[in-house]
Amino acid sequence: MSEADWLALKVTLALSGTTTLALLLLGTPLAWWLARTRLRFASAIEAVVALPLVLPPTVLGFYMLVALGPKGPVGGMLQAMGWHHLAFTFWGLVVASTLYSMPFMVQPLKDTFAAIGSRPLEAAATLRAGPWDTFFNVVLPLARRGFLTACTLTFAHTVGEFGVVLMVGGNIPGETRVLSIAIYDHAEAMDYASAHVLAGGLLAASFLLLLTVYTLNRRYLVVHP
Amino acid sequence: MSIHARFHLKHAGFSLDVDLELPGQGVTALFGPSGSGKTTLLRCVAGLERVHGGFLSVNGDAWQDGQLFLPTHRRPLGYVFQEASLFPHLTVEQNLAFGLKRVPAAARQVDTDHVIELLGIGHLLSRKPDRLSGGERQRVGIARALFTSPRLLLMDEPLAALDPQRKAEILPYLERLHRELSIPVLYVSHSPDEVARLADTLVLLENGRATAVGPVAEMMARLDLSTAHGGEAGVVVEATVGEHDGAYHLTRLDFPGGALWVPNHAEPIGTPARARILARDVSLALVRPEQTSILNILPAEVVETAPESAGRTLARLSLGGTPLLAQVSGKSAALLGLAPGKRVFAQVKAVSVL
Repeated sequence: MSEADWLALKVTLALSGTTTLALLLLGTPLAWWLARTRLRFASAIEAVVALPLVLPPTVLGFYMLVALGPKGPVGGMLQAMGWHHLAFTFWGLVVASTLYSMPFMVQPLKDTFAAIGSRPLEAAATLRAGPWDTFFNVVLPLARRGFLTACTLTFAHTVGEFGVVLMVGGNIPGETRVLSIAIYDHAEAMDYASAHVLAGGLLAASFLLLLTVYTLNRRYLVVHP
Repeated sequence: MSIHARFHLKHAGFSLDVDLELPGQGVTALFGPSGSGKTTLLRCVAGLERVHGGFLSVNGDAWQDGQLFLPTHRRPLGYVFQEASLFPHLTVEQNLAFGLKRVPAAARQVDTDHVIELLGIGHLLSRKPDRLSGGERQRVGIARALFTSPRLLLMDEPLAALDPQRKAEILPYLERLHRELSIPVLYVSHSPDEVARLADTLVLLENGRATAVGPVAEMMARLDLSTAHGGEAGVVVEATVGEHDGAYHLTRLDFPGGALWVPNHAEPIGTPARARILARDVSLALVRPEQTSILNILPAEVVETAPESAGRTLARLSLGGTPLLAQVSGKSAALLGLAPGKRVFAQVKAVSVL
C-alpha cells in the first residue's frame, strides 16, 4: 500500500468513527422518540430518516453540497459567523455522512426499543427508578444487541460511501480522499494491483466485522423479556 | 387510615368513573369482568396512567391532587404485574436488589430474609429469570415489590397467567403475606375463589363504575350483585377452630350461629379460619334429614330468593346471622315454598377451608 492509500484509510476510519459517534448521540433519542410516540407525524419523520435508503447518493450529495457550500444556508451562515464553509472539507463529509447513514442507526435502534416495550420501564418505575436511571440500567442493557447492530451497520455503511463523498468532499488527500475513492482512482489509472489490495482488504474487513456482530448477537439471543 | 381514590377517565369505548374510600389496611379486591376497569384503576393508583383532575391519597399522603402528580417512581408502592416482568438481564438476586437499593436506608422496613423465606425463593437467588418456572417468577416478582417496603401493594391478577397447579402453589404464599405483613393491598382479580381466599374488602366494578363496596363475607352473600351468580357463587364464613376429632380426622369450625365439620384442619383450637361454601353445594329440606351421609345440616331461615337463569333459584339464608347461599331448582323452590321467613334445613355437601 502506498502512503496515499494509508492516508485514505486513516481518513476513512476517522470519518466512519466520527459519524458513528455522532449518530449514536443523535440517533438514540430520535429512535427512542420514534419507538414510543403516538403522534401521527412521526411517520413523516420516519420516512425522511429512511430516504437515504432509496435516493441515489448523488442526489443527497448534491443537496448537501449546495447547503454546505459558501452560498448555501449552512455554509453561508458559518461564513457569516467568521468560520469556513463545509464544502470539500472533512467536517462537511461528517455532516453529509451523518444524514446519509442515519437509517442504519435509527431503524435497528427503533426496532429494539419497540421490542423492549413499555413493561420493563413500568416495572422499573414501580421500583423507584426515575427515567434516566431506567434508561441506563434497564433499557441500555436490554438494547445491547440493537446498539451493536446499529453501530456496526452505521460504521460499515459509512466506510462504503462513495457518491456522497465525491459530491460533498471531492478528492483531497488527507482531508476527504477515502478508500472507496482511492479504489476508483486506481481503477481509472489502470493500476489494478493497488485497486485489488484496497478492494480485497475492504471486502475481507467488512465481512469479518459483520461476522463478529452476528456471532455476538446470536450469543445474546437468550436475553428476551 | 384509608385510601381515597377519585378518577374520571374517558377513552373511545371505555370509561372509568370511580370515587372510592377504601380501608387503609388488609386486602381489598377489585373484582369484575374483563373490561370493567379494574386494571386501569390500579394503573391510575400507581401513576402509570395519568388522569387529569384525579385525586388519590394513601393513608394521609396525597399522591395526586389538582396540579400535584407524583410520578410512579416517587410513590412508595409495590406493583406485581400479571406476568412477573422480571428484568431478563439480571439474576433473581439482582432483580430483588433493584428496588431495594433505590429506597433510602432509613425507609427500609421489610425484613428481606423473612420475605425470601416467606415466598420460598432462597434457592433461586443466583438464577436468571429464564431459568425459573412461571410460579417461581411470580413469587420473585412479589418479593421484588415487597423489598421496596411499600406503603401500598398493588397486585394485578398475579395468578391469572398461571395454570391451576401453579396457582395452587402461590396462593398459600399470598395467604401468608396477608397474615404476616401489615401492608395494605389492592388486588385485581376476576376469580371469586381468589377473592374469597384473600380479600377482606370487595370492590365490585362494572363498566368502569364501582357498583358496590363492602366486607367480602357480606358482599358475597348479596343476591343483587353479580358475585352471587354463576357457578362460583358462594359465601365466605369467618370461623374459629373449635374442636379436633382425631378418630374421624375431622375439625369443627365454629362461627356465630352454628358450626361446620370439615376434614382435619391442623391448626390449634381458637385459630381463625375462613371457610367457603358454594351455593351449588347447599341443598335445602323442610324437615331435618335423617340417615344421610351429609355431616353438616344446619337449621336456617330464608331471607330472600332470586330467580336465576336456566330454571334455578338462588336463596339467601341466615344461620343465626351468618349468611349462606343455596342454589336449588326453580321447581324445588316452588315445592318447598321458599319465601322470606321460611325455616329450612341446609345440607352442606362441601366446605373448603381457606
